[in-house]
Amino acid sequence: LYVFILAASMSISTSKQLECYHCGDNCTNSAIKIGDNYFCCEGCKLVYTILQQNNLCNYYQLNTNPGIQLKKKLREDQFLFLDDKSIQQKIIHFQNKDETHVQLYLPQIHCSSCLYLLENLHRLHSSIISSTVNFPRKEVSIVFLHKEISLRKIAELLTSIGYEPYMSLKDLGTEKKSFSKTMTYQLGVAGFCFANIMLMSFPEYLGLSETEKNLQSIFRVLNIILALPVLLYSAQPFFESAWKALRHKFLNIDLPVALAILITFCRSMYEVINGISAGYFDSMTGIVFFMLAGRVLQNKTHQQLSFDRDYTSYFPMAITVIENNIETPVALPDIKVNNTLLIHHEELIPADGILTKGKALIDYSFVTGESEPVKKEIGELVYAGGKQTGSNIEILTIKEVAQSYLTNLWNNNHTNRKNSTTHSFTDVLSKYFTWVVLALALTGSLYWSLIDTHKAWNVITTVLIVACPCALLLSSSFTNGNILRILSRNYLYLRNAQTIEDIAAINHIVFDKTGTLTSTMHREVEFHGSSLSSYQKEMIAALAAQSTHPLSKAIAKQFGQPNKLAVHQFHEIPGRGIEGRINNDLVVLGSSPLLSHHQNNHQTRVHAVINHQYAGYFSFHNKYRDELHPMIKKLQQQFQLSVVSGDTNAEKENLQQLFGKQANLLFQQQPHQKLNYIQALQQRGYTVMMIGDGLNDAGALRQSNTGIAVTEDTNYFTPASDAIVKASHLYMLPKFIQLCRANRQIIIASFVLSIVYNVIGLFFALQGVLSPLIAAILMPASSISILLLTFGCSNLVARQLRL
Amino acid sequence: MSVIIILLIASISVAGIFLAAFIWSVKNGQMDDDYSPPRRILFDDTPSPQIKKPN
Repeated sequence: LYVFILAASMSISTSKQLECYHCGDNCTNSAIKIGDNYFCCEGCKLVYTILQQNNLCNYYQLNTNPGIQLKKKLREDQFLFLDDKSIQQKIIHFQNKDETHVQLYLPQIHCSSCLYLLENLHRLHSSIISSTVNFPRKEVSIVFLHKEISLRKIAELLTSIGYEPYMSLKDLGTEKKSFSKTMTYQLGVAGFCFANIMLMSFPEYLGLSETEKNLQSIFRVLNIILALPVLLYSAQPFFESAWKALRHKFLNIDLPVALAILITFCRSMYEVINGISAGYFDSMTGIVFFMLAGRVLQNKTHQQLSFDRDYTSYFPMAITVIENNIETPVALPDIKVNNTLLIHHEELIPADGILTKGKALIDYSFVTGESEPVKKEIGELVYAGGKQTGSNIEILTIKEVAQSYLTNLWNNNHTNRKNSTTHSFTDVLSKYFTWVVLALALTGSLYWSLIDTHKAWNVITTVLIVACPCALLLSSSFTNGNILRILSRNYLYLRNAQTIEDIAAINHIVFDKTGTLTSTMHREVEFHGSSLSSYQKEMIAALAAQSTHPLSKAIAKQFGQPNKLAVHQFHEIPGRGIEGRINNDLVVLGSSPLLSHHQNNHQTRVHAVINHQYAGYFSFHNKYRDELHPMIKKLQQQFQLSVVSGDTNAEKENLQQLFGKQANLLFQQQPHQKLNYIQALQQRGYTVMMIGDGLNDAGALRQSNTGIAVTEDTNYFTPASDAIVKASHLYMLPKFIQLCRANRQIIIASFVLSIVYNVIGLFFALQGVLSPLIAAILMPASSISILLLTFGCSNLVARQLRL
Repeated sequence: MSVIIILLIASISVAGIFLAAFIWSVKNGQMDDDYSPPRRILFDDTPSPQIKKPN
């Protein structure tokens, strides 16, 4: 067989490439155009026509090529389930006799053009009253008149302009949890009280004349009143966390903080009531305010990302059930054993069952990581989680959705969830800190109780107030917050601050292959067979350009030329192939079942037949990601590396070369084998980071010390993990790890600084030389200097790493 | 002296109004989306031919 690589021989000058006016993709067919605007496919052109008719072409003015390519055609009954009353009720937020309010999740939302179009839906259909986009959540709230337009019609309308609403089984479940705003309120209240107390403490510090004693007592009473909401409301998170830790019999950072807040308040009350001084309400509220600010920064959630997805986020909301030859959509939880399900092309199989009709070609890549679809005949068992590619099939369910293979896999993983309660580094530090402070206070007071009993009480409280661990807490929460921010700027999103420390501790990295090391978006196409004339190549490209199937697009992209031959009698058989006539030549492209050639397939292949003559086949290779090589080289020096793949070992030699001899490569690994491998590594004392992308890695991601999910697009759905990284930025992993390691050093540095402050403060405070005014200025000044240090250091490290 | 007390009451109540406004804005969801509002205002308001108002 004569083999040549098309990528090399067919490199076409890109200067002539036309970009689709709608989506920006390369146009392979210059015949699709309106005026001067070219389109890559009929779908894009159709969307443009709709927008043009409704005078919405501003859409294209706001951004260049903002559109979303229609990946697949809308199936006529795709949203039929939205006509079902019981399903509707779960989705609709509010309904009266005329209006219905609904919120739909549109993962495609990405720019201001989307915003413009989606907020002008009322121009596309007069029965839509209003539509409002929540950009970070990628949601649109639509108010419509349900007597004139149904929910189903709205979903279809959105799909027709490229924004297909994503509705999954999860939406049928419990209420969506919204981001808690409590801490923001607490921060607001603390800020208000802190500022006003500062204002009213100043006269006291600057000295009031004897004649204004009345005024002094008014100020003090007001301070007490203002300090109460801080103590009772804003400081709640610290008390709650301290109490929780105490109940579990360990000391965390919040215990000394809670103690300090409480003691400062009591001591201040005592001093005010006895007329000794104005107390330390300003310090107390200041501490609470700064620490809450740090926490809010650290807890800033990536609202558009979800780290806790389970299988329900992947499953559709409803599926077609055939009963007595009548097709009805049924919500997934209502599917019973012995129901006959109709599975369409590209639809997910929701429950285990037996194939009763049609030819199944099931893509299990999401469950097993295997890239090749599996063929099933009538009577064979099909498992939930697979995606049917090809024509419709019918299956008879043998298990309910909640008992399926995939669901069980998930639940098994759940029990394996890491239960080793890793104490964070700050918790460990603070434990010592707490003991030291308590010991210092006790010995100090013991010493003074021998000399002057009155002073003993004084010393205990002063030590606790001055040596408040807020500096430690501030430094850790502000450093963590800033590092999280830097990382997310580089498209690594961490679940929480604890993950930074977890990443810093790892010493073994395990990679998944398909989708992680290789890209699913870009394929290399290779042609095997008799050499094609350039005219034949053009014909194949012209035909392939008609289809939106990823393989067709890949072929069209490599062969494509701007001037296209016209294709007649184009016909697409879903999942099988395409055929069409070009100048009386019949060209057929397809998988083997359509062409009945070369049945024995190990690889994804597209066969080409021209005028009933077999021409050869195309094979596709997943491309390794760019800059993978330098990344592996860097990681090799510091970490043990492994690859676990669900795929065959065809790539073994390539990978071994890439990863070096020490690396462990495992192939054809089932999801539970991946999990076991991670477990085995952990038992050997490794701290493991798992990097994967599919549901087949979900178990391993959970079992590992740090699980990072890789995604081509953060809108896509990733399995539950500790972190999500955008695939294009995976190569920065060594830098990410370095930054996380620097985090610990920054915290220690600022901690040392705060101890220096504390020692100096204690030294002067105990001698009684520190005037209240200077103390009041020093307290916030020291906090702010620590904040500046943490921000400065972490930004400096990031800049050095070029992050 | 009484002037100071009046001023004090005034200043705290003004600050209180701002606190209330802050809490209201958070509750109202104004802090949820920092992307859409600054862009929304730039869109031209070409009135659509027919907007039906609910009764």
